[in-house]
Amino acid sequence: MSKELIHLNNISKSFDGQMVLDELNLTIHENEFVTLLGPSGCGKTTTLRILGGFATPDTGSVIFDGQDITKLPPNLRPLNTVFQKYALFTHMNIAENIAFGLKIRKKSKDYIADKIRYALKLVNLEGYENRMPDSLSGGQQQRIAIARAIVNEPKVLLLDEPLGALDLKLRQEMQYELIRMKNELGITFVYVTHDQEEALTMSDTIVVMNQGYIQQIGSPESIYNEPENAFVADFIGDSNIISATMIEDKLVNILGTRFTCVDTGFGHNKPVDVVIRPEDVELTAPKEGILQGVVSHLIFKGVHYEMEVMAGGFEWLVHSTALHPVGQEVGIRIDPYNIQIMNKPESEDEEAVAIDI
Amino acid sequence: MRNAAKKIYITLIFLFLYAPIGTLMVLSFNASRTRAKWGGFTFKWYVELFQNDDILRALGNTLLIALVSSITAAFIGTIACIAMNGMKKRTRTIMMGVTNIPMLNADIVTGISLMLLFISFGFRFGLGTILLSHITFNIPYVILSVMPRMKQLNPSTYEAALDLGASPVTAFFKVVFPDLLPGILSGFLMAFTMSLDDFIITHFTKGAGVDTLSTKIYTEVRKGIKPEMYALSTIIFATVLVLLILVNLSPENRSEKIFKEN
Repeated sequence: MSKELIHLNNISKSFDGQMVLDELNLTIHENEFVTLLGPSGCGKTTTLRILGGFATPDTGSVIFDGQDITKLPPNLRPLNTVFQKYALFTHMNIAENIAFGLKIRKKSKDYIADKIRYALKLVNLEGYENRMPDSLSGGQQQRIAIARAIVNEPKVLLLDEPLGALDLKLRQEMQYELIRMKNELGITFVYVTHDQEEALTMSDTIVVMNQGYIQQIGSPESIYNEPENAFVADFIGDSNIISATMIEDKLVNILGTRFTCVDTGFGHNKPVDVVIRPEDVELTAPKEGILQGVVSHLIFKGVHYEMEVMAGGFEWLVHSTALHPVGQEVGIRIDPYNIQIMNKPESEDEEAVAIDI
Repeated sequence: MRNAAKKIYITLIFLFLYAPIGTLMVLSFNASRTRAKWGGFTFKWYVELFQNDDILRALGNTLLIALVSSITAAFIGTIACIAMNGMKKRTRTIMMGVTNIPMLNADIVTGISLMLLFISFGFRFGLGTILLSHITFNIPYVILSVMPRMKQLNPSTYEAALDLGASPVTAFFKVVFPDLLPGILSGFLMAFTMSLDDFIITHFTKGAGVDTLSTKIYTEVRKGIKPEMYALSTIIFATVLVLLILVNLSPENRSEKIFKEN
């Protein structure tokens, strides 16, 4: 991994006696796309505001490139922010908006003109110099907000739910745009979102947060495939989370039935949580399955069918391209690699919180 | 039929509302000295009005006080809004309530209390005391017109300016102030209007020998009504009317919203 750029050191922050961040430690590397992911109130925006200088931590320090910038005001920090609601200056045209930071730094007219042209090209809005922000669509305004931030050549771009206000199609388009821009600019992106799909699509590293704590840090693949606790499993995509007992290494008792798995080191007869993704539950003829059950619900989702199967006293969520009508008896089989074993939460803070997105 | 009835009704309303002022305006162009008969159209009273030094001095005072007091009030009011915006919601609500009281308070009470205050502090009555009183009763109008603008501000724009390297002062003047400006302007115009047509408070806080137009008219009328006074009243009415139209035409029809909110 490349060089460390930002280090958040034991950051705690509370508002009106309510703890928002509790001794948070986080390292961000150069040229990394880091996403802070979590439900509202998990502390992700506060973390970003502490990075940007808009909030001061109660304890702890922010180290940037080896320097302590905890007390540095936002206007002196070498990073720029793209705000959730764009925050364009409505009384200035697009060119003036983009030039704002450069004019403050007293850059030459030619330099500013070049930069405006470059930035508008980067965000695919060439020729918009003289338009007013109000006359642009939400997606275009968002692009301008990005252009306005990047012309200052920040080492880090902070993005606070920048796609939150856009419709689905535009959001997906912008996700690809953001990845392209990041690669072209070669700078670090710190991205805040509550949308797990956005996080999985764009990030190099995802930091899953809940109630002021970091739940898991890892690549999108590891977060999705190997969630460390029930909260992460539940927050990232649909999943079946079942209480189970680890009989011994590579053998787990789920709902009274023994399944082989690949996890080791949990001990003997230890209560655990098991995560099985709905697409990893294979439906077979009743006799071929390890568990037998009956299909209780069926919804067509486009790419696949979503079914609920009552088996072993648990309602399994199953995604499959094969149709099994309601009432049909089926067997359930799970590949040992697709059974993810997790320790039971030790504290309240780690406990799974049901969230609907 | 119903439409016709509606039109007649509204005509009657406007007739009752504006007949007195209409009469005054008509009489101001009446060449005859008595009110009883129409002696032909004339600008004579307007000409005489502008040859009367006392009245011109009163006009000068009025404009000076209106201008200085409304600019000062706009300044103080805007600063007050910035401060109140930073307060917790509870404190802000209380503060808003407190600033609203002087507007609802009877003018005569405000006038007499200001007079007593000036006496107890040993102020010399004159232009200065009128100016202070006008600033006092004008500030709430500015706050009332700037505060809604303040609340509409996207707090991120200020932060965005800081983020782009602006110091807090630069950020305020480049980004926040332009957004507040329409509110400040309409507050200023409203304060100007209020100051222009105030009589009661001025009456209690002016010294002997200093007059604004409204107090001048009052003294003149007590001595006996002269047609010049019709002309003067007409001019004041027209000026206030123009100012009110300006306030209402200012961006997004601010004043209307303000009155609805309260």
